Amino acid sequence: MNPYIPLLAVVAVAFILPVVLLAMSSMLGPKRDEAAKGDPYECGVPQLTPPRDHFPVKYYLVAVLFLLFDVEAVFLYPWAVVYRRLGILGLVEMAVFLTVLFLGLVYVWKRGALEWD
Amino acid sequence: MSVETVVPFVMVLIAALLPLSLLPVMIWAERKVSAFIQDRTGPNRAEILGIRLGGVIHAIADVVKLMSKEEMTPARVNRFYFVLGPFLALFVPLVSFAIIPLADSLNLGGTVIPLRAVTLNVGILFVLAVTSFHVYAVVFGAWASNNSFTLLGGLRSAAQMISYELGLGLSVVGTVMVAQSLDLGRIVEHQGGTLLGFLPAWNLFLQPLGFLIFLVCIFAETNRNPFDLTEGESEIVGYHLEYSSMKFAMFFMGEYIAIIGASAVTATLFFGGYQVPYLDTDFLRAHSTGVLRVMLVSMGAICFVLALLYRRYHRRLTALYHDRRRNEARMLGGMMLLMGLAAVVALLFVSPLPEAGGQVVVAAVQMTTLLVKILVVSFFFIWIRWTLPRFRYDQLMGLGWKVLIPLALLNIFLTGALLVFSGRT
Repeated sequence: MNPYIPLLAVVAVAFILPVVLLAMSSMLGPKRDEAAKGDPYECGVPQLTPPRDHFPVKYYLVAVLFLLFDVEAVFLYPWAVVYRRLGILGLVEMAVFLTVLFLGLVYVWKRGALEWD
Repeated sequence: MSVETVVPFVMVLIAALLPLSLLPVMIWAERKVSAFIQDRTGPNRAEILGIRLGGVIHAIADVVKLMSKEEMTPARVNRFYFVLGPFLALFVPLVSFAIIPLADSLNLGGTVIPLRAVTLNVGILFVLAVTSFHVYAVVFGAWASNNSFTLLGGLRSAAQMISYELGLGLSVVGTVMVAQSLDLGRIVEHQGGTLLGFLPAWNLFLQPLGFLIFLVCIFAETNRNPFDLTEGESEIVGYHLEYSSMKFAMFFMGEYIAIIGASAVTATLFFGGYQVPYLDTDFLRAHSTGVLRVMLVSMGAICFVLALLYRRYHRRLTALYHDRRRNEARMLGGMMLLMGLAAVVALLFVSPLPEAGGQVVVAAVQMTTLLVKILVVSFFFIWIRWTLPRFRYDQLMGLGWKVLIPLALLNIFLTGALLVFSGRT
């Protein structure tokens, strides 16, 4: 049997459950609308700043770094599976690769991209 | 209907229902263990017909309460993503459970039936891929809420989760190198037997550094203490500020199912999964009748001890109170006594098992072993919560990027070097 068929079944069960919970709570819960209720929560004062305004560029930097290093990490998996068949050559090659990866990290570190202050 | 068609169905059901049935246990354990660590009683009031089960009923009361609350959608939110957030928070951890091997494959006259819902040869990658979707739940929920505090909270936790995902991915590479496979079934098989003659051959002992990095990273991934900066109950506003009723509960439930799932993955990768320490599958299968006897004896013993404890509890309650509380101890004690007697009677009628029956018994023992391991790791999650103080945000990001990632790279290099120089390549 195709292994993705049971996976689909699990996905279906996991899909139905939250939908049922959401439907049940929207049927069971009371509905009392008031104008002030829909206001965003800002500790009791009217909203001061637009909610989707500027945010620190640091977060963007973290996301970009994550993409870079995650893609490089993915390269390690196929190598790890066949590593024992590659022997010493595989070790040397990967040592070079890991060194380059690590130098990249050191560069980012020295440029201060990992500092939060 | 042959066995080959029934077993996958049963496995899908187990994979879907196991995390759900562990959920109230986990919530109960969180409260009771917290109470135990802080030297207080914990929840014990909610009851159904006098039955309190030491506080488990509180989980049911919570669900009823949260479900009957008003479902509020604030004005000017993006409705689609506002619903998608909590939906994903529950959906993603539920799916990630499907890949865990629950017991060794059945082998009935040549047909091999794997005892897990989904058998993929990319096991670990599946786990990493699915769990990384959890960050979308946070980001969608935070962004759609139309609130500056939730947006900041969401960004904070998104940055945290993706940073620690790197360490998580890199720490598992060493395990893959040892087992030479991404398949979780193969990784568990590889952890059977012993190391140096006395240690179980778990990856915990083969990959101690990798295990430590992995453990720290799953704490950060599931947003638990000491890395719970997403929410930080009393100090910081989190990403689910605008959610109420069931939508809030779904974030909450998803978090606990993620903890159970993370415990299951930890148990599978580093604690030998379903492997019973020192007893491998072949040994268990060869002695399946004896295994069944041991199972029944231990079950009977546990039931009798519980019955005895309930009897003493009942006596104490009778002296103190004159209400329905007395009935619970009497009823549950009676049930335990009956179950213990049933185990004894079954023990008298045990006859040598046929091949298939023996394999099913062994599978039950292995599933129980896995369950015990999952619960132990989950207990560790709660224990840590009351042991370590929360990290500051710059410390958190510093630990992830400057400590864990270099350490994980070192771990990969050390594993590779050790494998080469011990001649195992």
